[in-house]
Order: sequence, then C-alpha cells, then structure tokens
Amino acid sequence: MEIVDILISASFWAAAVRIATPLILATMGELICERAGVLNLGIEGIMVAGAFAGWMAVYSGTGLWVGVAVAMVVGMGFGLLHSVLTVPFGLSQHVVGLGVTLLATSSTYFAYRLALPQVTSPPKIEAFQPYEIPILSDIPLLGQALFSQTPFTYLAFALVAATSIMLYRTPLGLAVRAAGESPAAVAAQGLSVTAIRMGAVIVGSGFMAMGGAFLTMSAFDSFFFEMVNGRGWICIALVVFGSWMPGKALLGAVLFAAFDALQIRVQQTSLGVNIPYQIFLMAPYILSIVALVLVSRRAQVPAALMVPFNKGER
Amino acid sequence: MRLEPITNPSLARSLGPPAVAVVATIVIASLLAMVAGANPFSVLGLIIKGAFGSQFAALETLNRATPLIFTGLAIAVAFKAKFWNIGAEAQLYAGALITVVLGTGALPWSSVALIPTLMVGAVIAGAVVLLVPAILKTRFGVDEVVTTLLFNFIFLLFISMLLEGPLKDPMGMGWPKSARVLSEARLPRIVDGLRLHWGFGLAILCAVVVWLVQTRSTLGYEMRAVGLNREAAAFAGIPVNTVLVKTALLSGGLAALAGFSEVAGLKGSLTLDLSPGFGYTGIIVAMLALLNPLGVIVSALFVAGIFVGADSMSRAAGVPTYLADMMLATSLLLMVLAIMLTRFRVVRD
Amino acid sequence: MKHASDVVLRLDAITKRFGKLVANDAISLSLRRGEVVALLGENGAGKTTLMNILFGQYTADAGSVEVFGQTLPPGNSRAALDAGVGMVHQHFTLADNLTVLENITLGVQSLLGLRVKKAETSLKIRELSDEFRLKVDPDARVGSLSVGERQRVEILKALYRDVEILILDEPTAVLTPQEADDLFATLRIAIANGLSIIFISHKLHEVMAISDRVAVLRHGKLVAEVDVADTDKTALSGLMMGVEAKAPDIAVAKPGKTLFSLQKVCTPNIKSMPGLRDVTLELKAGQIIGLAGVSGNGQAALADVVGGMRMPSQGVLMLGGETLAQWSPRKAVQSGIARIPEDRHKTGTIADFDLTENAILEGYNSTPFSRSGWMNWSKARRFTSDIIDKYDVRCPGPDTRIRLLSGGNMQKLILGRVLEAEPQIVLANQPVRGLDIGAVNYVHGQLLAARDRGAAVLLISEDLYEIMGLSDVIHVIAGGRLSPGFVRGSMTPSQLGIWMAGQGFEQSDLDGEVAHAS
Repeated sequence: MEIVDILISASFWAAAVRIATPLILATMGELICERAGVLNLGIEGIMVAGAFAGWMAVYSGTGLWVGVAVAMVVGMGFGLLHSVLTVPFGLSQHVVGLGVTLLATSSTYFAYRLALPQVTSPPKIEAFQPYEIPILSDIPLLGQALFSQTPFTYLAFALVAATSIMLYRTPLGLAVRAAGESPAAVAAQGLSVTAIRMGAVIVGSGFMAMGGAFLTMSAFDSFFFEMVNGRGWICIALVVFGSWMPGKALLGAVLFAAFDALQIRVQQTSLGVNIPYQIFLMAPYILSIVALVLVSRRAQVPAALMVPFNKGER
Repeated sequence: MRLEPITNPSLARSLGPPAVAVVATIVIASLLAMVAGANPFSVLGLIIKGAFGSQFAALETLNRATPLIFTGLAIAVAFKAKFWNIGAEAQLYAGALITVVLGTGALPWSSVALIPTLMVGAVIAGAVVLLVPAILKTRFGVDEVVTTLLFNFIFLLFISMLLEGPLKDPMGMGWPKSARVLSEARLPRIVDGLRLHWGFGLAILCAVVVWLVQTRSTLGYEMRAVGLNREAAAFAGIPVNTVLVKTALLSGGLAALAGFSEVAGLKGSLTLDLSPGFGYTGIIVAMLALLNPLGVIVSALFVAGIFVGADSMSRAAGVPTYLADMMLATSLLLMVLAIMLTRFRVVRD
Repeated sequence: MKHASDVVLRLDAITKRFGKLVANDAISLSLRRGEVVALLGENGAGKTTLMNILFGQYTADAGSVEVFGQTLPPGNSRAALDAGVGMVHQHFTLADNLTVLENITLGVQSLLGLRVKKAETSLKIRELSDEFRLKVDPDARVGSLSVGERQRVEILKALYRDVEILILDEPTAVLTPQEADDLFATLRIAIANGLSIIFISHKLHEVMAISDRVAVLRHGKLVAEVDVADTDKTALSGLMMGVEAKAPDIAVAKPGKTLFSLQKVCTPNIKSMPGLRDVTLELKAGQIIGLAGVSGNGQAALADVVGGMRMPSQGVLMLGGETLAQWSPRKAVQSGIARIPEDRHKTGTIADFDLTENAILEGYNSTPFSRSGWMNWSKARRFTSDIIDKYDVRCPGPDTRIRLLSGGNMQKLILGRVLEAEPQIVLANQPVRGLDIGAVNYVHGQLLAARDRGAAVLLISEDLYEIMGLSDVIHVIAGGRLSPGFVRGSMTPSQLGIWMAGQGFEQSDLDGEVAHAS
C-alpha cells in the first residue's frame, strides 16, 4: 500500500526531521520559559523576527553561523521586552505576549519593506547544506533520517540535550524548575525569582528566534510573509503535549512533523488526489488541538505558571 | 523594586493609560518615519490628513472602524470575563460565510426579512465557532488562547476550500471568490451617495446594547464577577461555566457581525482577504478602550484612522504601511503598563 | 550566665508601613546566644512582618538589623542566610515537584555550578536528620509528604545552611500535640548545639513551655519584654490583647430538631488534603456545633459539603427530613444555609466590586435585586445601606470599592449579607481569623444571636479555645474522620488534643471490636 511505502522510506523520515527542526527549537524555548513560570505568547512573532534577522544578516554578507547568532540576539531582545513587562511589572502574560507577537511581526515586515522595497519575488541566500556524519549516516533508515541533516538540525539536537542536562542536572536548572512551581521557595533560599524568570524568558526567546531562522536559512533559502504560519502556536501545544519535558517534547515535535510530511506525500497518492489540499494543511492544527485535549487531563503544569511573584506581598 | 497598591487612584491617574497610548503612537510614528528617512512631521501630517482630512478619508475611516467596533466589542466582552478569545478572525469569517451561503439566492426574500435573518444567522455561526473552544475549556480545562488561535488557521483553510469548491463564483473568472449577495441582502447607505453603510450604525447600536447588558443586566453582573474573581463567584453560587459559555456565545456572535457587515455592507462577496486581521486588531481596540463597550467606539475610530491614514501616507511618502501596526503594538504594550501604574506605585527597595 | 557580649542579633528601631498601616513601629529587640525568645501577639500584630524584615524578604522603612555584630543589607535574604539566619515560614516555601534533597540544596550551590552534588548533600542531610531527630527521605517528592514531614524539610533547609539563628513562624499551627512535642525536642537539641531561636506564636501555653523570654507585640508596637519565669498566661494574655479577653457568658442550650445532617459521608482526597471518611454529623437547631482540629484534616472538605461546593461520593445529605439528590452553592443558599467562607479575600468577596455588588453576590438573581434578567440597583443599594447601618460596617458608603475596607469591616459585610435573611443554618469557617479583638467579639456575638434565634451554627476553627468557649457540642476532625460529639465542658484541651492527633479514633475502633466480639 502506498502509505506504508511512504512510512518506511528514509526520505520520508529525513523530511520529518527537517520539518521538525524549527518546531524543536521553538518548543525548547517555550518550554524553558514555562518551566520558570512564564507563558510566552510572543513565540509566533519572535519566530518571524528570527527568520528575517538571520536571513537578512546572511543576505548582507555575513556567514551562516553569524546569521544564526544574529537571529538569536534579536530573539533575546524581544525576550527582554517580554520579561521586563511580565516579571518585575507583573503585567498580564496573555496581553504582553500577544503584544510582543504583534510588535515583532510588524517590525519585521516594516524592516523587510524598508530593506527591500522593490522586490517582487523574495531573494535567495546560500542556505545551510546537509552534512552527512561519517559512518552514522550509513545506518539504514536512521542514518538518512538523523545523520544526513544540515548542521543547523544537529545544533537543534544538541540544544535539546543541553536543555535537558541543564534542567535536571545543574543547580541553575533546579532553580528554574523551582521558580515555575514555587517562587516563594526560591526567594526563601536567597535567590532572585526575577532574575531567574527573566533569564529563562530571554534564553528561551533566543531559541525561538533560532527556530524561525531555520526556516529561512536551512529549510528554505528566502524570507516571505506568512512564513511561520502558526508554527509558534503549535509549539505551545507541543510543550503541553510533552509534559514540559525536553525529551518528550522532542518526540512530539517529530511526530507532528511526520504527520505534516505525510500529508504532503499522501496528496500525491491515489487516495489523496481527490481530497482538497486544504484538509491536509488543516491537519497539524487540528492535531494540536486534539493533543491539548488528550493531555490536559493529566497535565503536570508548573504550579506557578502565569502567576506573577511579588516579593513582600501582603 | 517593589509594587505597592494605590488605594484610591485619582481620576487624572485613571485617564492616564489612554493618553499614554495616544502619545506613544505619535512618538513611535515619528521615530519610524526618521528610520525610513522621511520627515516625522510630514509623516504625521499625512496620516492625519489621510484619516480625516477630507470627506472621502473620513468616510473611509468610518467604514474601516465598523468591523473594528464589532471585533473590539467581541474581545472586550470576552476579556472582561477573563475568557481569552483570540479567534475573532475565524468568527468573523463564519459570519461572512453564513451571509454568503444564505444571501446569494437561497432565501429569495425582501430586505426587511432577509437582512435580519442574515444577521441572526451570522451571530449563530460565530457563536458556534467559539463554542468549541469554550466547551474544551469548561469541560477539559484546555487553555482557550491556543485553541482559538489554532482555530483561526483551520477555519481560514476551510473557507479557502469552500471558495475553490462549492461556493466558487461561476462568473468569477476562476478567482477564489463567492458569488455576490443579492441586492436585497445589501445594507443600505446611511446617506445616499456617500460610501458609509448602515453597518456603522449597527455597530454603534451593538456597543450601546453591550454596555447596557454589562451594567444593567444580571448576565453582565455575572460576567464581571466571573472575570474579576472566579472562585468567589463560584462560591456565591454563580454558575461559572454557564456564564463563560454565554460570554463565548455573545463574543463569537459580535465578531461574526463584523463579517456580515463587511460582506453585506461593503464588499458584497466573500474572499480570502475579506479581513486584513480585524480579529487581531480587535484586541488592540478593546484594550485601548479599557474593555469598556462605549470606549470601543472611540478606540475603533482611533485605530481605523491610523490604518487608513498610514495607507494614504505610505502612498505619498513611501514609508511602509506596517508603521501603523508597529504604532499600535507599541501603544498596546505601553498602555498595559500604564494601566498597572494607575493601580500600583513603584517603590525602590 | 549570659553576658551582653553574647548578643547574636539586634533589631534596632525597625519601622515598616504598608500604605497607612504601620505594621512595625520602632521595634527594638535583641537575642542572646542559646536563648529562645517568643514573639507573642494576636493576628495582625506585626510579628511575621518583623521576622520577614530580619530575614530579608521585606525591607524596613527605618531601623537596622545587626547579626553577630555585622549590619545586614536590607531586603537581602541571601545575606541573611550567609550571616547565619534561617527562617521556617508559616506557609511552607517548598516546591512540590522537587525532591526533599532538591528543595534543601536549592540555592546552596552557585547557579553557575555544573552539577548538583547529590551524594554529598544526601550524606549531610542524613547526618543532620539523625542528629536533630528529623526523619525524612531525601529522595521523596515533597508533593507526597504530610504536613509534619514538610515542616521537617523546612527545618532541615535551615540547618543544612549551618544557621545559628533560627526563626520559626507559628510552627505548631499545623501540628498535632504529639508532633509539636517532637518539634520542641528538636529545638532543644538545636539549642544544645549553640543555636538561638526566635519563635512566633499566639499560643500562650507553648510560649510558657518553651521560651526563656517573651516579647509581646500589639498593633505593631513592642509593648512588653518579660522573662518567662516572671510572668504567667493571664498576664501575657492581658498584654497581648490590651483588654481583658472576654469569656462569653453562655447558658447551655437545649438542642432542637435536626436541621441538616450528613450520614456516613465520604469525599475523595485532593492532593495532600484528606477527604471525609464515613462522617456522620447532625446540625440541630439552637446549637453551636464546634469543629476542632488541626488545620488540614478535612475541615475544608466538610465545609465544602455543607456549603454546597461538593456532593459526597458516598453517603447521604439530609436537609430537614429530605434526602438531597442534587447539591450546589446556589441550592445551599436557597435552602437557608448561610456560609461565612474561610478566606474573605479569595472566596468571600470580589475585591474590585463595590460594597453593593458584593452584598448581592448570593442574592442577585432573584427579586428584589433583579427581575427577568435586569438588575435593580437602587434596591440593591438600599439593602447594602441597611447592612452597613445594622452591622456597623465602617466605610464611606455602599459604592465604595470593598478592597478599601479593613478585614473586620469586610467580615461584617459578609455577616450582614448572609445573616439578614435569618438563615436556619450558619456555616462559620474560621470567622475571626485575622481580626482585631473588637471585631472578634462582634462576630462571636452575631453567631450567638443566631443560635439564640434557633439557628444551627457549625463553627470551624483552628483555635481550640475559641471552639471550647462558644460551642454547645464539640466534634473533633482528624484525617477526615469525625469524633463523637462532646458536650460543652465535658473535655479538657489535652483530652481533645488526643482526638486531634487521631488517637481517640483508634481506641474507639478497638472498643468497637471488643464490643462486637463479646
């Protein structure tokens, strides 16, 4: 059967991992924010900003990795804005997040139009090329899927591992996990809840921007409007789906991406040709909602998520 | 740094936030104009002229304000009950969809019968669309922010599917657009010869009705109580989940009327670009109005003026139109900060 | 013999204001090595505020803190910890998702460190645990621990950081008498090890039992400092209250018919809060039924059931003679049950609503306050003005935002709104918590008046002496189980304490078995 053929093909899984990469990066970013107790709804806008910033840097002549760094810094800047308003000032995380998304998106589009006023079709850059890891890439199926990706994807894997180690093995990660559960416990041990939460949001936003940059610097090679197309919101669902754990979130991202990759290919099959393509495009969003419903019952939500901490509050 | 509550804020302090918002938009516009290499004063002047400087401009602003009043109301109602309806875009399109499904010939009635029917249909459609996330929240505890957001994408694809399929205009030359609604379904002009249609009047009426409901009805009291302190409301016996569902229905219905108004009043048919983000802009309109229904009228006019003015300015001065979005996003953030500062004093430790 | 050079801690003229409220008014206090000083005062006297300033969670407006001769930088808990000051908070500062070890080591290592030193930490925890008789499992998740165990973790947190001054804020509020004894044993070991202790309490018998010196706070001022040897409970009580604590003069009431009853009711456990287990309780007209117990033993579940928030998973509720098939807060209100909630800020009132909007929270949906879905605000305002007059609510008027009122006045409004309708059943859950003595007397007076009118009053309180002073019949709740009713005057506090610790149930189970066997 055609679908089974698709599912056992290495190229399918390679595509799934590739599609998953921006989701993995942005989900890690959101996960770090939420673990510390802050919901960052700026994720969609920050991905857009990161997509443009990284691409623009390369278009202006810098190297690819410099572009990734630029994207990260831009993301961190928006993270700083978000965290200043939500942490020390304790403003509504819903409203601030949406405001940051609107600001990041509109400032990106504004900058794009300023930088490239005359273009009709988006200009291209020299994107990341796949790099086959010797020996490992010869493993059947897994080799093509995991070890024949671009270096940007390898970076994403490394960041998942780093996030996991940080959260569960280091004193800093301990403080982050405590801040999202009981900021009072953190303050009582002489640590600054504000510093930890702001730091988490800033770093997490950097990751989100890198997720956006992957789209323009690895998956595709140019920037166009509506590029991120709701991926940020899907990542919010993925954090819940992964129970706020990096490893599970990674699996969730790959699963979603696999579904996305599948629907592209199924459209080609005899089964898919008669179904309107919009149904396939809807699938990831519907799946996200389903995932949220399934997991919501058992969710081990960080207890202090979205609760501002006012030291010395009566 | 510490926040200390202010017990009795003065009126001047309470009016600070909207003032901050307006000032912020002016400052941002000037800064961005300079970044774009244009003269800030002329940019500001062009925006104002483009918004209100001529009869044509003013009518355009009022037309643009109409859907924003509807979505602004929808979001003000929802946010007041702490129900984060970010899906006004989908609800708008639902209203537009029903208008087209029923109004292109399925109901061969006269205006007097057809228009109210379309309105009711739109309200029901919008309410139903928001009902799903509302039930997911009350039954399963799923955060409505993400579900309503995702729904926007799903619904727009659904509309796209319909426009390329069963709803496609046979005389549309292949373009994905619906047939035109009957002339009986069109909202008449307020003044003959001027472009302003009765959707604007309807929007004002809705604002007044919402205000009456919020201040004078038991439902309005319940919505405010649930929004301010859900636990205390539940303890007192207020049926919280029912109130949230009713809020969702009201909110969805209002947003859908925006879609109805755009199709029946302005465009005449349904296309994918019917809404340039009215559902999202409604958030800004609602927040700038401090979630007050009557205030929504004023802030919708303000926001519409900025968009219309920026469009016109962009054609004249070449500064990208996204200036308007940036102005509004910044003023939203500053406004939320200002609101907090009316209630709390910042104290150095 | 203690010398002045043994002073380990000196608070100098500490002043702290929150808006117009002066929480601490130029308080000076010193602590000598090996001493136990009790900080005594009513709720709201300023004890916790003072200690939070010492520990760096708050910053004083004036005054200084000196520890071992060094002035502490204000508002800096880290500095306080480094200087040797540790605090066991009244509401535990623990992260439920982390283990005991993780909670203890949080913040100890530098945040730039690469690995959490699990083995070393675990070893030190076990050593401290043995030495101070604080039994814990370092790898247990804090979320699964009992209240007593959590407190042990809180204390170990401080001991782990080698503190020399230990502050304890109302440590026995959530302990059974037996657990309190274990705590005092630990504290004695600590003192023998050279620690000095400040102990916040409002319980006179504890203060007399464990401390060397007592500092009495009243309305933010330090009104007295005495050696325990030189004083007694009556004198301390007088200093604490400022006026003679009025013992209510109550005639024993004859119970009327049963107005509401629970028959073998069970409710599920929620996280660490026990549900009800086979609770049978009758609320009779003209009686005050007192529910004694250490907080967290099922009082919340019982209040939820009687108040309409929860339907039992097993067992039967009866109103008058009828079994209830459906139950909700609205139905409870309609059935004539007046509920005074435990937390007037969280559940009792809506802070940003005005007095009128708060007064009609339960009654808004029927005449005279509304008709066919439209509110009648003038009638609502009149109702509120009546309550303000009748119940002596001090406020500018019915349109005032309720957050501007003091706790006592808020409570009076709540009383007024539920008692005006002359309800047949009153559920009073911690009704005088956090109130000054005038408000306390007023509330108690209202409850007694309701009783005399023929209502059944269920009084839930953490204060055993309040229960003993007001109730006609006392039940004890422990672990979700309800003791039999004890008639007023038939039990001493220590006898009740045995039931509060759960031991009375075991004995009566045994008696029951013997009775069955024979």
